Amino acid sequence: MTTHTIAQAQSDSGLLPIAFAALTGLFLVFAAGFSHASAMHDVAHDQRHAIAFPCH
Amino acid sequence: MTRQIFASALFAGLAAGVLAALLQFAFVVPLLLEGELFETGARVHFAGADGVPQSVAGGVGLSAELGRHLGTLAMNLIAYTGFALVLVAGFALAQRAGHRVTPRSGLVWGLAGFVAVQLAPAAGLPPELPGTTATDLGLRQGWWALCVATTAAGLGLIAFGRGALALAGAVVLILLPHVVGAPHLDTYFGIAPPELSALFATRSLAVAAASWVVLGLVAATFWSRETP
Repeated sequence: MTTHTIAQAQSDSGLLPIAFAALTGLFLVFAAGFSHASAMHDVAHDQRHAIAFPCH
Repeated sequence: MTRQIFASALFAGLAAGVLAALLQFAFVVPLLLEGELFETGARVHFAGADGVPQSVAGGVGLSAELGRHLGTLAMNLIAYTGFALVLVAGFALAQRAGHRVTPRSGLVWGLAGFVAVQLAPAAGLPPELPGTTATDLGLRQGWWALCVATTAAGLGLIAFGRGALALAGAVVLILLPHVVGAPHLDTYFGIAPPELSALFATRSLAVAAASWVVLGLVAATFWSRETP
């Protein structure tokens, strides 16, 4: 394996956890701010207004 | 890398989520509950006998709704942990590009997060008291997401781009959602006193600003400790 391909492999493996973290974060924000499920809406109501997620 | 990202984000989400909830309980939720008095009709502002809009000022404090407030705390923890994960993913990308993230720069990251997620969308869709009548929810959520994404991309270009073209691109991206325009109704339906709505909007933004700055600071502090 050449130096170039080793560096390539390392940089690719570094991107995976970054993408995973960003997607997990977006999922949490979606659940807290956007989910239309009524149970989520009721629990999240005051927080959604306070953070100014579009609500109702 | 994975451990560094998730540890920094979880600590920051915990700190900022708790702070946001406490500040909301002190400054925002009492106004929200006061707004609900107008939403339910327990108080009426715009129907004075002599045509003068008047109503008693003063809320009901936090009232004794422990379950509701625990829900607010829990959802703040979830939302700010989500914000933290995206922010720290940004740290990781910046570091790969050779930019060191320090606690001091974390403050700026946090402020930029506040601008992208709170301030810019509020310029089109102000924080709303309960009972505010507004246009289709899906349209507003779509505009909100567009505004957050383009503002974040624009701020990223300002911070890490090089040259006049990057700056011009940033200005276009940041202005775009506001030129498109947020979805609004063609009629005003407000039932709460304007003073109350205005205070609610500005307080929400101030509380969010403080929470985002702490989010950036804590995330960057943990991040820089783990950086070799």
